[in-house]
Amino acid sequence: MATSTSLALRQTALNATHRRMGAKMVDFGGWDMPVEYSGLIAEHMAVRTAVGVFDVSHMGDIQLRGPESLAAVQHICMNDASKLQVCQAQYSAMLYPQGTFVDDVIVHKFSDNDYLIVINAGTREKDFQWVRQNVQQFHCHANDFSDYYTQLAIQGPKAAETLAKLTNLDLSTIKGYWFKWGTVCGLPNTLVARTGYTGEDGFEIYVPSDVATSERVWKEVLEAGKEFGILPCGLGARNTLRLESAMALYGREISEAINPFEAGLERFLKLDKGDFNGSQALRAIQAQGGPKRKLVGLEMIERGIARDGYPVLNAAGEKIGEVTSGSPSPFLKKNIALAYVPLDIAAAGGEIAVEVRGNPVKAKIVPTPFYRRPKKSA
Amino acid sequence: MAYPQNYKYTREHEWIEVTGNKGAIGITDYAQNSLGDIVFVDAPKVGDKVEKGAVFGSVESVKAVSDLYSPVSGTVTEVNETLKDSPEKINSDAHGTWIIKAQLSNPGELDSLLSAADYEKFIAEETGN
Repeated sequence: MATSTSLALRQTALNATHRRMGAKMVDFGGWDMPVEYSGLIAEHMAVRTAVGVFDVSHMGDIQLRGPESLAAVQHICMNDASKLQVCQAQYSAMLYPQGTFVDDVIVHKFSDNDYLIVINAGTREKDFQWVRQNVQQFHCHANDFSDYYTQLAIQGPKAAETLAKLTNLDLSTIKGYWFKWGTVCGLPNTLVARTGYTGEDGFEIYVPSDVATSERVWKEVLEAGKEFGILPCGLGARNTLRLESAMALYGREISEAINPFEAGLERFLKLDKGDFNGSQALRAIQAQGGPKRKLVGLEMIERGIARDGYPVLNAAGEKIGEVTSGSPSPFLKKNIALAYVPLDIAAAGGEIAVEVRGNPVKAKIVPTPFYRRPKKSA
Repeated sequence: MAYPQNYKYTREHEWIEVTGNKGAIGITDYAQNSLGDIVFVDAPKVGDKVEKGAVFGSVESVKAVSDLYSPVSGTVTEVNETLKDSPEKINSDAHGTWIIKAQLSNPGELDSLLSAADYEKFIAEETGN
């Protein structure tokens, strides 16, 4: 087990708070982050059944502003941002010219000339350089606001009731993937977005990143959620929650070697909006018959846990692919995984095997997501 | 956390409780705490041989796999079958939850294991305390 090495790592404003709360810390993409507080399974279940709060301030925030900022967003991102209304957000991704992923992002339309792009922590610097290089021909300005915000994700069926105690906003007027600004914990004009990475209802709030404000807001969220059983949640639960919901993690399901067809993210790819970074290469792939491999969901049917990087085997025991992400599923109480397999195997479904430390363990291909949150009755 | 005085320990965070020529083997509280929620135990079968310092199985938490190293050489006489359905017992009572029991083939090997005091000193150094 690694000893404390926080000197070389970046820290969010809540680093001292996490340590004070006894969180187990881990190096995530160069950030000293909490991986768990009371326990991964308890935190995971809190989000699925009540409410949990995550410090996700390590994520990045790029603002594109100016008369041609929409054109700029359209050029660098694969989804169609022209379909966004003011105060609406969409899942999207930046692509390389060969049609593979620079990063996945959430694009928020602040106004016709103002867009916020939220990016991953591990790719902050790469993404910002990429954006700057690729919007040069557009009349707009790119700002890196990542260090300005402490970003908290409040997630779970009780997230709305929790946050409602802290804001003057009527949260029922904010639909999924929409956002508003309102007073939160006494802070005016705070961004409140109904977004998240857990598969549950929830909100992400963006507050000033000074330590005093960040600590106060964190404390008030925990107080507000106390009656519902709120737990502070770390990156361990964040990973198992997003895996159950089959949400991609950059570096695993998506990367600079993977395109949106392979990753099953075609619904966020709008080739008909016109030319953009990667569109030509993707049209060519389509014309040649599409992807040769696809991301599938796996459920272990023999005893064993498939983990990141484990080989996937065909009936003859030959390696045909690899697990991108695999783990026990705390809510479903099964062992699940996502893996790339050849197109014909993905299409046929059925049984397959995962090599778990030298031994083939049977698994079956299952539809994703593994978990879907229950629909609220009318 | 009090580490039982009558157990012996390894630097890989296993403990052994010896009765006569038999030893009950598990992992320490420090190990279960590092691992987090344990979800899977891969143990050998009754009759299998174990060798001092060699891997005899593994313990998995949600986020990690950890090999189990035998403190002694011998033959497996019992396996804790309850860990198939309730591996989390190790989290709630690491020192009271044995994983295997083995007949020792070379009791002299016990001399090179750590006492409770030595083990506590060892983990204090590991965590920089």
